[in-house]
Amino acid sequence: MIQVNRSGEVWVFAEQREGDLEDVAIELLSKGRELADQLGVKLAAVLLGDKKAEGLTEKLGHFGADKVYLVVNPLLEHYQTNSYTKVIHDLIHKYEPQVFLCGATVCGRDLAPRVASATKAGLTADCTDLQIGDHEIRRTGEVHKDLLFQIRPAFGGNIIATIINYDRWPQMATVREGVMPMPEPDGNRKVEVVRDEAHLGTQDLALEIINQHIEEKKVNLKGARVIVTGGAGVGSKANFKKIWDLAHCLGAAPGATRAAVDLGFIDHDHQIGQTGTTVRPSLYIAVGVSGAVQHVAGMSDSKKIIAINKDPNAPIFKVAHYKIVGDLNQVVPRMIDSIREKV
Amino acid sequence: MANKIVVPIKQVPETKSVKMDEKTGTVIREGVDSIVNPLDLYAIEAALRLRDRYGGEIVGISMGPKKSVKALKEAVSMGVDSAILLSDRAFAGSDTWATSLILASAIRKIGDFGLVVCGERATDGDTGQVGPGIASFLGIPALTYVSRIQDLSDKLCRAERLIEDGREILETSLPAVLTVIKEAGEPRLPTLRGKKRAKDLDVQIWGNDELGIDPDKIGLKGSPTRVVKIYRPKVARKCTIAEAKDEASVGPAVDRMCGFLADKGVLQ
Ligand SMILES: Cc1cc2nc3c(=O)[nH]c(=O)nc-3n(C[C@H](O)[C@H](O)[C@H](O)COP(=O)(O)OP(=O)(O)OC[C@H]3O[C@@H](n4cnc5c(N)ncnc54)[C@H](O)[C@@H]3O)c2cc1C
Ligand SMILES: Cc1cc2nc3c(=O)[nH]c(=O)nc-3n(C[C@H](O)[C@H](O)[C@H](O)COP(=O)(O)OP(=O)(O)OC[C@H]3O[C@@H](n4cnc5c(N)ncnc54)[C@H](O)[C@@H]3O)c2cc1C
Repeated sequence: MIQVNRSGEVWVFAEQREGDLEDVAIELLSKGRELADQLGVKLAAVLLGDKKAEGLTEKLGHFGADKVYLVVNPLLEHYQTNSYTKVIHDLIHKYEPQVFLCGATVCGRDLAPRVASATKAGLTADCTDLQIGDHEIRRTGEVHKDLLFQIRPAFGGNIIATIINYDRWPQMATVREGVMPMPEPDGNRKVEVVRDEAHLGTQDLALEIINQHIEEKKVNLKGARVIVTGGAGVGSKANFKKIWDLAHCLGAAPGATRAAVDLGFIDHDHQIGQTGTTVRPSLYIAVGVSGAVQHVAGMSDSKKIIAINKDPNAPIFKVAHYKIVGDLNQVVPRMIDSIREKV
Repeated sequence: MANKIVVPIKQVPETKSVKMDEKTGTVIREGVDSIVNPLDLYAIEAALRLRDRYGGEIVGISMGPKKSVKALKEAVSMGVDSAILLSDRAFAGSDTWATSLILASAIRKIGDFGLVVCGERATDGDTGQVGPGIASFLGIPALTYVSRIQDLSDKLCRAERLIEDGREILETSLPAVLTVIKEAGEPRLPTLRGKKRAKDLDVQIWGNDELGIDPDKIGLKGSPTRVVKIYRPKVARKCTIAEAKDEASVGPAVDRMCGFLADKGVLQ
């Protein structure tokens, strides 16, 4: 545990793979920038990797970091729990940040709890919002100023909780992907690079990576401006062609619910929701989707939502801006015709 | 193969039936159906498959109120060999840091284990932090998001994990913690014999007298995170409705919607 340190910096973990920065790191910088400005402290990115990572420092600056803590070591080439935990734990003890944020990615969810346990700090999972605020402990009247309010859904999105850690620092949280906005880069921003050493030996790598097989993503959901999602209501893989066609004529990416994936209508890469991708396109069209909380958690921030469902009471209609109550087998072909005429 | 596989199992309220006290902002747990965390069924299944292949003994553990015995019995009815409930007032209110510490202390006391197999996350607290936390307190490696366990020996475990853009195969020294995802295999159903065994089984109960953890490190007091507010999200949207109940109304409904799309600048 580190001391409560009011002048501590705001840190974000700069997740990278093979020298490519993950989007979530940029999203964290955008939120981190806001928090650091409110607290009047510096925003720093923590970047670990082998030589390939070094080229990323400037980019981190362009997206809002004042500083980059850079640790380069061949043993850090691939993310590994033990080695990364050890290096970050040492950095936290040396520089005492007040906030440390990681993306709620496979890597961040693996890393953050290890760092938190090692540092005896708390960790809030999967935040969808972060704010700065004061908290009074009713029993004692004690007021803790400028804390990080960590806001997250739990119980499958049925409730939203605000969580704080006022006495055990740093205040740590993982942040859900795709929730914070992506800022525009500013090529004029300069960044200070602080190089640090990793005190690692091969004994710090308890795991050995035997094989890593990276598949090309079959669809880019996060970058899509329009998404057409089909659910179990589409009925069959053959009928899912209607979803592909509608997506095609709108220049949209095809998405799916987990039920549609489980039924084999479409590949898992297309899944949207709690255990799939989180998206927020300009337009989201949900076809034959009931609107389970786990699905809605991944799409409710879309700017405009259209839902097509034959059940007037389907929960998806609660988040929709435009609803068509009807049979998708009649509505969708008609839409395709109508759109083709107009475009 | 090393000896014991420990499976931590959490009892959770059925998410569909979450009730809230809107005044105090707390979750009401009384009178709500409790179930085995659905994602822990995959952990149990993974452990059972390992025992089918390599032998050994599976110990289920759960931290929670006395009624969590039910969850452990369900695990036993699926084939888990024995079960220990960690129940003590002093444990109440633990966050993931304290929960991990308590579970790790119990696992150390059980001893002689090769693997700890956790679920990916619990459907209530929903953090997925306890598995890595246990590993951290035990000072052993963790493999998260495991989709398949390929091989297990006295000293090594080789497993496949799913990452965002693919999969990787890793080998870890033992003992280790695994957190498994549903790709690990469809959970089997309880057998009649299992159910009978579960009914007859005396589940041991350990409190902090047995574990001897510093009381300042557990329960509400030992938890770094504090939940200060809970509310139910309200989504109320202004919504345009077009009914397309029959053949005749489909056309006009779609046309109106395409007008809406055009207004939003989508059709260009
Ligand atoms: C831990 C956990 C994680 C999960 N993660 C995800 C996730 O990431 N993403 C996800 O999507 N789900 C997820 N789920 C599953 C989720 O709970 C739902 O089961 C799923 O979203 C339902 O998919 P659906 O809406 O396609 O199917 P259903 O719920 O079966 O809904 C089908 C809908 O289609 C309508 N319909 C049927 N026929 C027609 C027709 N001819 N015309 C018009 N409408 C029609 C029906 O009225 C119904 O509303 C998760 C569940 C759990 C427990
Ligand atoms: C609304 C709400 C939000 C919360 N948010 C946070 C938070 O952000 N950070 C935090 O530190 N705590 C949080 N908590 C507290 C947290 O829910 C508890 O600490 C809980 O005991 C364990 O966390 P989990 O449910 O997230 O389990 P997870 O970490 O999701 O569970 C993963 C696996 O660990 C095992 N496991 C977990 N709990 C037990 C158990 N009691 N017995 C046996 N095995 C178990 C199971 O194998 C399970 O599949 C929150 C609680 C509530 C009510």
